[in-house]
Amino acid sequence: MRGEDAGLPRREAFAVLAAAPEEALVQLWRDSGLPDDGMLLRGPETGLVALRGRVGGGGSPFNFGEATVTRASVKLPSGEIGHAYALGRGREKARISATIDALRQKAEMVAEVDRKILEPLARNLREQDERRRAEIAATRVEFFTMTRGED
Amino acid sequence: MYVAVKAGEAAIRNAHRLLAHRRRGDRSVPSLTLEQITEQLALAVDRVMAEGSLYDTGLAALAIKQARGDMIEAIFLLRAYRTTLPRFGYSRPLDTAKMLVERRVSATYKDLPGGQVLGPTFDYTHRLLDPELAADAEPEAPVTREPEGDGMPRVSEILAHEGLIEEDGTLTKAEEPADITRTPPEFPQGRDARLQALSRGDEGFLLALGYSTQRGYGRNHPFVGEVRIGEVEIELDVPELDFPVPLGRIRVTECQMVNQFKGSMKVPPQFTRGYGLVFGQSERKAMAMALCDRALRAAELGEDIVAPAQDEEFVISHSDNVQATGFVEHLKLPHYVDFQAELGLVRQMRREFEERRQAADQAERKEAAE
Repeated sequence: MRGEDAGLPRREAFAVLAAAPEEALVQLWRDSGLPDDGMLLRGPETGLVALRGRVGGGGSPFNFGEATVTRASVKLPSGEIGHAYALGRGREKARISATIDALRQKAEMVAEVDRKILEPLARNLREQDERRRAEIAATRVEFFTMTRGED
Repeated sequence: MYVAVKAGEAAIRNAHRLLAHRRRGDRSVPSLTLEQITEQLALAVDRVMAEGSLYDTGLAALAIKQARGDMIEAIFLLRAYRTTLPRFGYSRPLDTAKMLVERRVSATYKDLPGGQVLGPTFDYTHRLLDPELAADAEPEAPVTREPEGDGMPRVSEILAHEGLIEEDGTLTKAEEPADITRTPPEFPQGRDARLQALSRGDEGFLLALGYSTQRGYGRNHPFVGEVRIGEVEIELDVPELDFPVPLGRIRVTECQMVNQFKGSMKVPPQFTRGYGLVFGQSERKAMAMALCDRALRAAELGEDIVAPAQDEEFVISHSDNVQATGFVEHLKLPHYVDFQAELGLVRQMRREFEERRQAADQAERKEAAE
């Protein structure tokens, strides 16, 4: 089990970074003052991922299209290697995300990285989703029944 | 004899320059930005992504701008672009039950869990042109309401018990799903290959075929069990990480069509299903896809194949608008030599025809004289 100090689980950190708008991430990264001295091992490079659905929603998988995905891998001077994958063609986003993944492998950096980058991004995403859910909820149909006839 | 002809370089160059000029239009009108296209022509972007079979809103917007709004040209541009990129892998199958739902309606159950949620729909509008929009009036902010916490199971899960409706399609083969972008199609196809072709198929073509089944050409008694639109998360397994990597979310439209079925030699009477899954907010396309998917299952369900929509080779071979436009539009390219050859042939046939007629005339006159 990870303690509270361990910050977001790695998978969730990936999810937050993947969902982040590139400009927002770049801005937070610049303002953070975190060390940007990683070396690119791979990429940033853009390719395709074939997307799969399931027949009938829950049956056998089938391919139904592709999406652009950009990935990068970064190595820090201290040796940690970080990776990043996200939909779209955000090259700087991939480089920064991989650097963040590498930095978070240093136990002493996790709290600072999460506070400066991941928490604000996660908060924005949560707020945006909540706003959208509330807008959609207002379009839910409330049926009412009119009684007609004598029975 | 073959004569190579080379010409027209300057004409082509100038034609493309003129195209760019016309694309820009009146230069006193501000140029469209890609953000304006993705935000304000979002459903055009969705269609280009769906039929271009590539999810990338920015590229689809660029394609629409470059194609001057010609959708099939934009789709062609996106398809051409995708061939330049390496393939990183196949995603895990997405789970539409976990969708962040923006719209969900069912025509079969009024009170289903999660309710009827209209979302941003054209339904129930009066289809009257809006002069206020022409005058650029800012719309009101949307109304908000506290969401109810109940989940939104797929309607197929609600109907499944009782056994009156068939289950999700499980293909018997254990191998990898077909990929029509890698393997040229062979007929008969599996349902997986057909669904991939239908998902990128031309909306107009599939709409017309779906409509034809409603009008009696392969009737299959459809109900919309459910249409849902919203965002789903994509996950990818990669060797360097020991968990499925979340890549972000895409918007899709899913349609569960439920079809009354009186049974056949093979299958008892029950509700059968057709399935549609399309990029973006593309309700008409997802519904048409589901109608065609069901019609194309005729052989599997032991139905007579009597209508175009049930003919797999006909539907799948003609559903791709990039292929179709390529073959139709190539007719305008130079066919000078072909045509010269045919011209020679027609002249010869005409000569022979005249000779035969003269011979017949002479024979007739001779007979009359005798």
